[in-house]
Amino acid sequence: MKLIIATIRPFKLEEVRAALTSIGVRGMMVAEIRGFGTQSGHTEIYRGAEYAVNFVPKVRLETVVPDAMADQAVETIRKIVRTGKIGDGKIFVLDVGAAVRVRTGETGEDAL
Amino acid sequence: MAPVLAALPSTGLAQGTDAAAELAGAIAVAVPTDLVFIMNSFIMLIGGFLVFWMAAGFAMLETGLVRSKNAAMQLTKNVSLFATACFMYYLVGYSVMYPGDAWLIDGVFGRLGTAVLEAVGIGAGAADDYGYASTSSDFFFQVMFCATTASIVSGTLAERIRLWPFLAFSVVLTALIYPIQASWHWGGGFLEAAGFSDFAGSTTVHSVGGWAALTGAIILGPRLGRYKDGKVVAMPGSNLPLATLGTFILWLGWFGFNGASQLSLSSVGDAADVGRIFANTNAGAAGGVLAALILTQLIYRKVDLTMVLNGALAGLVSVTAEPLTPSLGAATLIGGVGGAIVVLAVPLLDRLKIDDVVGAVPVHLFAGIWGTIAVVFTNSAASLGTQLYGIVAVGAFVAITSGAVWLAIRAVIGLRVTGEIEIDGLDKGELGMEAYPDFTKG
Repeated sequence: MKLIIATIRPFKLEEVRAALTSIGVRGMMVAEIRGFGTQSGHTEIYRGAEYAVNFVPKVRLETVVPDAMADQAVETIRKIVRTGKIGDGKIFVLDVGAAVRVRTGETGEDAL
Repeated sequence: MAPVLAALPSTGLAQGTDAAAELAGAIAVAVPTDLVFIMNSFIMLIGGFLVFWMAAGFAMLETGLVRSKNAAMQLTKNVSLFATACFMYYLVGYSVMYPGDAWLIDGVFGRLGTAVLEAVGIGAGAADDYGYASTSSDFFFQVMFCATTASIVSGTLAERIRLWPFLAFSVVLTALIYPIQASWHWGGGFLEAAGFSDFAGSTTVHSVGGWAALTGAIILGPRLGRYKDGKVVAMPGSNLPLATLGTFILWLGWFGFNGASQLSLSSVGDAADVGRIFANTNAGAAGGVLAALILTQLIYRKVDLTMVLNGALAGLVSVTAEPLTPSLGAATLIGGVGGAIVVLAVPLLDRLKIDDVVGAVPVHLFAGIWGTIAVVFTNSAASLGTQLYGIVAVGAFVAITSGAVWLAIRAVIGLRVTGEIEIDGLDKGELGMEAYPDFTKG
């Protein structure tokens, strides 16, 4: 099983959700985060005082998928969220050691 | 007069021009004196609850401009200071401000005693001032002005002052400082005798609050981390919708603040004047908004909503000294200058390391001084020398007394929260509650 972590532009979230569910992904978690990568922040002015906005709002999307589906899921996410501009985000893939469905006790890929 | 006479049924009186003129003269002043008393009381009651509503305006404006960790504290300060002002004005302030003939120090310090209203169900003969209005409506209107003055101070000192020391200051401000200087002017003291002209209180209310806020900000010190390494660190407010709502509420309340300061609605002239005042007050606000809008766009390449809101209020303060005589255009211009003053003064205070969280010093003190001076442009009965005399007399008195009180409170019980509480937020540290407990911390 693979844990896919993607940092995406917030407005892309709904599109990604729809695309992933259509290829068979059956669960995901999202969180509103701030972050930066190559896309650095910018300065704003509030009542005459400059301040640096170093962190940009993003959404972190996490989903655990069977090994066989991982590449397809990553590629789906990448195609949907890409705008071609700096700030499109990153996708990481981690190995998952174990998984359990709480209600039934199923383990492994049956838990996904 | 002719149309009026033509509309009258013919009577034996309307024969000959002398009798007609006499009848016309009688009609001209035939508003029953009971109605004078009633209408004057009425306008002051309406004005009173409009000015009361400004308390909601201040509360929303200030809460919106502080960070969410301090929002509940700011609200608590606003509610508490209002009640404190109302109580102290009843207990001490009203009599100090309006001693009538019973000055303790003639023209300078009024009398001591609680405010006493007329008895229940008086007839015309028992009224304190039958030719004017009920004492109750006069007191009700004036207590709101006192509370407004106290409200001005809370915005500047937000996010680092403790509640009880702040209320201790408010006690002295509303019992003595505000009423004493107001007695010199509206109470019939030496400033009124000198011809000082401040219709609704650019000096008497707004600059008083402004001076108290300024001395407080200097003695209290800036927020932690506000001025670092020669730079000004922005601390954006948490709720601009509330701040905007607060500004509009203040704008609405100001119609009562200026309009009912006519203290009279019992003649054709009064009715027209009150309308003029409403319209000019509105024009001043609009001028202030436009000036701030244009200036922030030019200076910062972006409009700053919080400065635009300040601009509206500065425009209102600017016309408050004379909302009656200007034309609509002049009122707009006077308000516009107030708005410009605010845009230029806000960063100036920061350069002096005076931390004014909401811009109350530029809005109420600087624009208040400007508004008091601007009276001479449209009111020929005012003179620049007398206006400056009043500005300096009130300014010196309030700056010195408020400064002394701030220093005294600081020495005895302290003014500031601890550094830890200031960083965690006054809501948790001082109140033990959060303004937005369901939101994730912002």
